[in-house]
Amino acid sequence: MTDQAYNFAYLDEQTKRMIRRAILKGLAIPGYQVPFASREMPMPYGWGTGGVQVSAAVLTPEDRLKVIDQGADDTTNAVSIRSFFQRTAGVETTTKTAEASVIQTRHRIPEEPLREGQILVYQVPIPEPLRFLEPRESETRKMHSLEEYGLMHVKLYEDISRHGHIATAYAYPVKVEARYVMDPSPIPKFDNPKLSDNPAIQLFGAGREQRIYALPPWTQVASLDFEDHPFEASKADHPCGLCGATESYLDEVITDDAGGRMFVCSDTDHCDTRQAAGHRGKDAA
Amino acid sequence: MYVAVKGGERAIENAHAWLAEERRGDPAVAELSVAQIREQLSLAVNRVMAEGSLYDPDLAALAIKQARGDLIEAIFLIRAYRTTLPRFGASNPVDTAAMACDRRISATFKDLPGGQVLGPTFDYTHRLLDFKLAADGDVPAAPTRETDAAPVPHVTDFLNREGLIEDAPADDTPPPDLTREPLETPADRALRLQALTRADEGFTLSMAYSTQRGYARNHAFVGELRIGAVPVEMEIPELGFAVEIGEITLTECETVNQFKGSKTEPPQFTRGYGLVFGQTERKAISMALVDRALRWEELGEDFEGAPAQDAEFVLYHADNIQATGFLEHIKLPHYVDFQSELELVRKLRREATAAQVQEAAE
Repeated sequence: MTDQAYNFAYLDEQTKRMIRRAILKGLAIPGYQVPFASREMPMPYGWGTGGVQVSAAVLTPEDRLKVIDQGADDTTNAVSIRSFFQRTAGVETTTKTAEASVIQTRHRIPEEPLREGQILVYQVPIPEPLRFLEPRESETRKMHSLEEYGLMHVKLYEDISRHGHIATAYAYPVKVEARYVMDPSPIPKFDNPKLSDNPAIQLFGAGREQRIYALPPWTQVASLDFEDHPFEASKADHPCGLCGATESYLDEVITDDAGGRMFVCSDTDHCDTRQAAGHRGKDAA
Repeated sequence: MYVAVKGGERAIENAHAWLAEERRGDPAVAELSVAQIREQLSLAVNRVMAEGSLYDPDLAALAIKQARGDLIEAIFLIRAYRTTLPRFGASNPVDTAAMACDRRISATFKDLPGGQVLGPTFDYTHRLLDFKLAADGDVPAAPTRETDAAPVPHVTDFLNREGLIEDAPADDTPPPDLTREPLETPADRALRLQALTRADEGFTLSMAYSTQRGYARNHAFVGELRIGAVPVEMEIPELGFAVEIGEITLTECETVNQFKGSKTEPPQFTRGYGLVFGQTERKAISMALVDRALRWEELGEDFEGAPAQDAEFVLYHADNIQATGFLEHIKLPHYVDFQSELELVRKLRREATAAQVQEAAE
């Protein structure tokens, strides 16, 4: 049921064109943060307004939309954003990764490999990978244009000398096509390898910070590391308690107040599909 | 056995139903009308219009009702609604010298053309709870007299005649529009003022207060504070002349600040400026002080490292809708990021403990 009081996908056509221009520029310069005139949306800044604006600009009536938060289709904010587009765009929705043409995500890349023709839209809180090293936007933009990334390498090196490891577990910085250092949004570093050489279009929207950036299909994306401390994608060392998957990213769930816990796939579609195919974990009913 | 939590959709619907019930409160108590809010909570309405960047008292009152009196939530409702409105054009600049003033005071001159007009102010009221209001809100009519039709010129114009205050020449450059273009620094004064007029009142007040306490002190006199209605005119291309399309109430504050002079400029007073929708006096004065502090560079002053001088700091943190959204988003699930941190901390602790055991053994 579409709400006729608003234009298709809420935003007016001029605004969508403005956003599409920013997306095209982002695709032309992979990893570069394009400023765009982010609009006030009917959900709060920090709750996916960038992703919502990007999705609104790319959605067509024929699209089938999937929305996930923390990998799950049924988390409250994913439910809220999905129902927003059901209401304002009337597009079909799905929870199946394979059936979706547009997937909006917060903090995860689906387990099932994406294919050509799909668009993955990330919600981004802080698009600037250098922000916590240098708070000034005027400075960080200069650093990007001069390809001055020494500060980032020093930070990673200090981590290693202090902890023996790079102490970044999510939003792990990457370098795009050997040029721009990019924040992949707060996905766990387990997901980083999926950014590279991906057949889908990957779009990143930061509403409050007014930035859009993009990875065209098959872009080379490398997680920052050192020769003697190579990047390592890590996850909890358990199989999923429900579907038995050993290769998926897991959430830890506390089951009682005596230290009991179990691990389950964060990607609910992946887990459901595997269970439907007869896979069972040790905690399954 | 563990069953993953489902039914987010129903939980959301039920939460919203409960919220609606709480908003209404005890049904035995009469419901507030939008008109009551507009008329009797008009300063709240003014704040919502100013920070919501939309001059519409009825919509602002509706937003306050819907937001249960949470003004930032009401401002958010207005901003989100504003996004959907078409833009027909821009008005001519309003002429605040032609304002029909309800209030006009100057702290720099005892008397001046146009006079001192206190207007409806809390100033000089004793802040004693008026228990009569709890029972009966009727008030006797305030005394009235005919207004003088005499013009009320700006105080700074008097100073300008003597060259005592920096000149502020008219400038017809179209101002940038921060609702249509991304905010980027360095921001010129027009853009800074635009950001400040919709900035959070509390933030602006604290920034202004910090300059008074010595963080980039620029000792401000309130040269003039005026509140009143101004006509809004718009050029209609088909007609070839400007037509009055309405009237809005504004608060304008011009401060007169010290300036010792520089190599090229003789000593003279400088200006800070505040202009805000509605009767919003605290905000307009705060805005003028912050505006003045942000002008250090163009006036050849030193950057003292004070927060109120730092345009990037002030402009990127002044918007309460951006701030509250990002602050409150940490309520959203973060299981995935937290899980990756858990794994990392466990790993680091394992290694640290092993190293200690090793050392103890040696």
